[in-house]
Amino acid sequence: MKKSSPWLGIMSGLAILLTVAQAKVLINAAGATFPYPIYGKWFEEFAKVDPDAQINYSSIGSGGGIRQFSEGTVDFGASDMPMTDEQLGKFKNKPLHFPTVLGGIVPTYNLPGVTQELKFTPEALAGIYLGKIKKWNDPELTKANAGVKLPDNEIVVVHRSEGSGTTFVFTDYLSKVSPEWKSKVGVNASVSWPAGLGGKGNEGVAGVVKQTPNSIGYVELIYVLQNKMAYGSLRNAAGVFLKADLDSVTEAAASAAKTMPADFRVSITNAPGKKAYPISTFTYLLIPSKIDDPAKKKAIVAFVRWMLADGQKYAAGLAYAPLPNEVVAKEVKQIALIQ
Amino acid sequence: MATSAAASAPPPGRTRALLQNLRNGDEVARLITLVFASSILLVTFGLIYQLWITSALPRHKFGFGFLTSSMWNPVSGQFGALPFIYGTVVTSVVALLIAVPLGVGAAIFLSELAPPRVSSTFTFFIELLAAVPSVIYGLLAIFTLVPLMRDYVEPALKKPLGFLPVFSGPVFGFGYLTAGVILAIMTLPFIISISREALLEVPTEQREAALALGATRWESTWQAVVPYARLGIFGSIFLGLARALGETMAVTMVIGNDPSIHASLFAPGYTIAAVIANEFSEATGDLYLQSLVGLGLVLFLLTIVINAMARLLIIATTRRGSAHP
Repeated sequence: MKKSSPWLGIMSGLAILLTVAQAKVLINAAGATFPYPIYGKWFEEFAKVDPDAQINYSSIGSGGGIRQFSEGTVDFGASDMPMTDEQLGKFKNKPLHFPTVLGGIVPTYNLPGVTQELKFTPEALAGIYLGKIKKWNDPELTKANAGVKLPDNEIVVVHRSEGSGTTFVFTDYLSKVSPEWKSKVGVNASVSWPAGLGGKGNEGVAGVVKQTPNSIGYVELIYVLQNKMAYGSLRNAAGVFLKADLDSVTEAAASAAKTMPADFRVSITNAPGKKAYPISTFTYLLIPSKIDDPAKKKAIVAFVRWMLADGQKYAAGLAYAPLPNEVVAKEVKQIALIQ
Repeated sequence: MATSAAASAPPPGRTRALLQNLRNGDEVARLITLVFASSILLVTFGLIYQLWITSALPRHKFGFGFLTSSMWNPVSGQFGALPFIYGTVVTSVVALLIAVPLGVGAAIFLSELAPPRVSSTFTFFIELLAAVPSVIYGLLAIFTLVPLMRDYVEPALKKPLGFLPVFSGPVFGFGYLTAGVILAIMTLPFIISISREALLEVPTEQREAALALGATRWESTWQAVVPYARLGIFGSIFLGLARALGETMAVTMVIGNDPSIHASLFAPGYTIAAVIANEFSEATGDLYLQSLVGLGLVLFLLTIVINAMARLLIIATTRRGSAHP
């Protein structure tokens, strides 16, 4: 009796573990790295609301997320850029896009001797990245920055070296404001850059800019907020110079909401609103429109519902811009399409 | 003990001999080690096969143009490997030009001239360098090497040598030269530590004979000891080269990641390993993905070609007839 008692304990413990494991719904997801901190927080908080659902997320990048989602190796995907028609064409049941939070992209620069905050016109930013504006005292830059003494130095252009959703949004913006960019370079997660050096990741670009006098780069708003870096303001479609913050990024989605297509596959760069920051973007969850496993379907639907209501409250604390109410209302309607 | 028993037993036929061998473990050991050895081959060929079949699209679409085109544009779907091959070769050559004289010199000092205690202390620290992860080297490079190169080394080279295309153009601190320097630092521990081992294994008679013939200490080292250890020293250099060709993180952090070909060593470039690491996770579309796998195949072939050239070099220098077989 004495000998067998530890075994009994282990066996009954295993039995309990097994029943617990059976009751839990395990959901696997993969995709974008940009929203990973808030998704991690959400999955943790959601597990408290619905203890039966456990969501595992691997942040492998938007491209990898779309790939794994298309191959059916994950239950849902996540991406900073919407899927293309070609990618959607491979599905029997078209998956749904659910915007979760918003991000912004800002120009950061290193100009020794210049203490004032710089203003950038869309033409200046496109010209610099096209390699046509070569010097800091170019008329396009001095015109917008009256009173700032810009040096007669060559601009060192810095961009992301790896494929990234950030680059996708940035090049999407440049394509909208510059026809020359659209025809010469185009829009993609990585492009053939006409000028400049590449740094790996936000931290790589920020590192190169910090190390190189007279340089300019683009990084995510969340990165400059967390690292307290200086960045410039940008003229939006309404002609107002705006410095990116969470409100102006959320406003970009709100001002684009009226003309938004039903599937949310839309770029909100260069949005029309007066208070809208021009390089703003959604990040998406990619959810199948048909989920066969009823337990999984129930858990995923419950999560999306929670994310659109309570989940949004966590966004600002982690430096993500929350969704505007107009978009949340549209998304709640889309939940009904999950079968 | 077992072998002596086998030797004393009379061989009464092949099967019994085999059984006897099996019992003694020789045959078993032979089989097991054979399996181990062939598993390495299997991995190599499996790798080549996998790289070959998953890079079929760019091979069919671009053919040899994949190797000779310098266009890399994911938007328009044009992929050429030349800037990456160029960057890989240039950074590795720069690395070896710096690391070989330094490394072999240090190894000669440590094995021939330094007192044993100094030698073993130095070697301990040098081998410690080999264990530092490459991302740490990369970070160090961004924050200390890059400003150093931009503010001092590259202007100093440009001033007297700026008329040469390799030392011309604007100075960023990020580029082929900085990548080559960081690679040199990373390959040094391999070169020093293996060359030192090879030099230590040279028999003392070799030195004594040279000294007895009236050679000075340096003459004996340079003419009798170093040629004897030549194979080991070459081996260390090729191990270092292999590391330089395949190094990813540290290089991508300082090379500037620009897929075009520049004559100047100060200009930003790109290497094969760096572009694969940078673009693989976000590569959408089969052609793009398979072009990156194709680059992996190119790197593999590049390594084979360079290794083969190394073998030829060793054979050629050995035929010239010197102390060692």
